[in-house]
Amino acid sequence: MITVETLAVRFGGFSAVKGVSFTVGKGESFGIVGESGSGKSTVLRVLAGLIRDWQGRILLDGAELAPQRARPFFRRLQMVFQDPYGSLHPRQTIDRQLAEPLIVHDIGGLDARIPRALDEVALPPSLRFRYPHQLSGGQRQRVAIARALIAGPDALLLDEPTSALDVSVQAEILNLLADLQAARGLTYILVSHNLAVVAHLCPMIGVMQAGELVETLSVGDLRKRRMVHPHTASLRELAVELEPH
Amino acid sequence: MRIEIEDLHIGFPGHGSGTGGGLRPAVRGVSLSMGAEKLAIVGESGSGKSLTARAIIGLTPRGAVVRARKLLFDGIDIASATPRTLGAIRGKRAGLILQDPKFALNPVMTAGAQIAEPLRRHKGLSRRAAREAAIDLLAQVQIREPAAVAARYPHELSGGMGQRVMIAMMLAGDPELLIADEPTSALDATVQADILRLIEDLVARRGMGLILISHDLPLVAHFSDRVLVMYGGRIVEELAAAELVRSQHPYTRGLLACLPSLDHPRGRLPVLVRDPSWAEP
Repeated sequence: MITVETLAVRFGGFSAVKGVSFTVGKGESFGIVGESGSGKSTVLRVLAGLIRDWQGRILLDGAELAPQRARPFFRRLQMVFQDPYGSLHPRQTIDRQLAEPLIVHDIGGLDARIPRALDEVALPPSLRFRYPHQLSGGQRQRVAIARALIAGPDALLLDEPTSALDVSVQAEILNLLADLQAARGLTYILVSHNLAVVAHLCPMIGVMQAGELVETLSVGDLRKRRMVHPHTASLRELAVELEPH
Repeated sequence: MRIEIEDLHIGFPGHGSGTGGGLRPAVRGVSLSMGAEKLAIVGESGSGKSLTARAIIGLTPRGAVVRARKLLFDGIDIASATPRTLGAIRGKRAGLILQDPKFALNPVMTAGAQIAEPLRRHKGLSRRAAREAAIDLLAQVQIREPAAVAARYPHELSGGMGQRVMIAMMLAGDPELLIADEPTSALDATVQADILRLIEDLVARRGMGLILISHDLPLVAHFSDRVLVMYGGRIVEELAAAELVRSQHPYTRGLLACLPSLDHPRGRLPVLVRDPSWAEP
C-alpha cells in the first residue's frame, strides 16, 4: 500500500535521511527503530506531508505522491504523535477537536460519529465536552487516536505513540492499536526508540542509524538475534528485560 | 550519612477530593531509612516517588505542605532547617540529577563555569583553582577532552554529554548522597547504559548513597540494591533488587507483566487492573 523509494531529506547542509526504501502492504505494520537523530521521525513526517522538501519516490497504492498533498490524501493517512497534550488544542473541547476532521473533509453526521469514535477507543461519552487538561495522559492519547481515525483513514503513522505514557497505560494503548487494526484492516507505520514496543506490533522492522536504513528484518529474526548489522545487534542487547516470574 | 524518614505526608492545597479546602495528598505516610546504599524508588507518574526524594533535601515545590514524624538528613531535621542549613546540604552534601540536562543547565554559562561555581561557593577556591578542579571533574565523569568540553555551552553538548556535565557539577561538593530523578529517561539506549554505569561506578568509588528514581523496573533491577515500589503516595512493596522478579504485590507484578517483551512475545498485553485496596494503609 505504501512504498518508499530512495527517500532523501536534507536540512540545509545536513543529510537527515539518506536513501531509505521500504514497502508496507495493506493491513500490515512496519516498524522503524533508531536512536534520536537517526532520521526515523523525519521519514514519518515526510510521509505525513509535514516536510515538503525531499527527494525520492513515495507511492500510495501505486500512485506517486507529490510533495504538496491534496486534501483527499489526509483522509487516507493520519498521524498520531508522541505527546497527546501537545497535539490536542488546549482550549477546545474534545467534541470540537473530533469534529474538525469531519468538517474539513465534508463528512456529515457529527452527532452520530463523535460518540461512536469515542466508543471505539473505549472512552466514556461523558468526556465529549471536556477539555484536554481534564483528561489523563492515556485518555488524551485515545482522543488523538480517535481524531486520527474519525475520517476513516486507511493508514496511521504512529510516532512514539506510547513513549510519554506510563507502562500500564502503554499496554492499554498497544492493545487498542492491535484491536483497531484487526477491526478496520488499518496499515500502520510505527516509529519508536523502544524495540520491544515495535516488536510487539510490527512483523517487519527497519533499523535506522544516521539517516540510513541499515537493516530490515522480521520480528522473529530480531527476537532470536539473527541480525546482520552491528547497530541492530547493539540495540537488541541494550533492551534490558527481567526474566518473567 | 543516614536518611531517616518516618510517616512523611506531602499535600497540596486546593481541590481535594470532596474534602472542602483540605489538602490533596501526594505522599501518604512514607517511612524509609537508608545509608550509603543504592536505593531505587519506582512507580508511575503521580506515585509520589520524586516528591519523597525531594523532601529529603527540602526541595518540594512551593505550596507543598510537608509533615513527618521524622525527616532527617544525617541527623539534621529538614522540616525545621533554616534556608542556610538547607543550602549547605543541597549542592554540597546531596546532589540532584534531573531527567533532562537541557533544562537543568544554565544555557548562558559554559559547562566549566557551571561546575566551577559550586566549587568557589562551597570550597572557597580561587577562580583559577576552581576552573582546574572543574576540568578534573569532567575527566572523572569520563569526558575525553575535558578542557574542550569545559569551554562549551549547553546547546553545544549532546544529551549524554550534558548529563555527564550535570553529574560533574553535582560531584563538585563531594556529596554523600546522589539523588538521580529519571537520569536517563531522555537519553538513547546506548547512552543510557553508559550514564548508569558511570553513576554506579562513582557511587562505589566515593562511597556515596544513591536514590535512583525511575519508572523503569527492569533498569532499576540492574542498578540498585533495594527497591521501594510506590503507588498512590504510599510504599506498597519493598524488596531487594535481585528479588524484583519474585515480587509479591499485585501492583509490582502488574507493572512487570504489562511490558511488551522481546524474549517472551505475547499476543495481548495483560492490563493492570487497579485495586482500590492498594491505596489503603
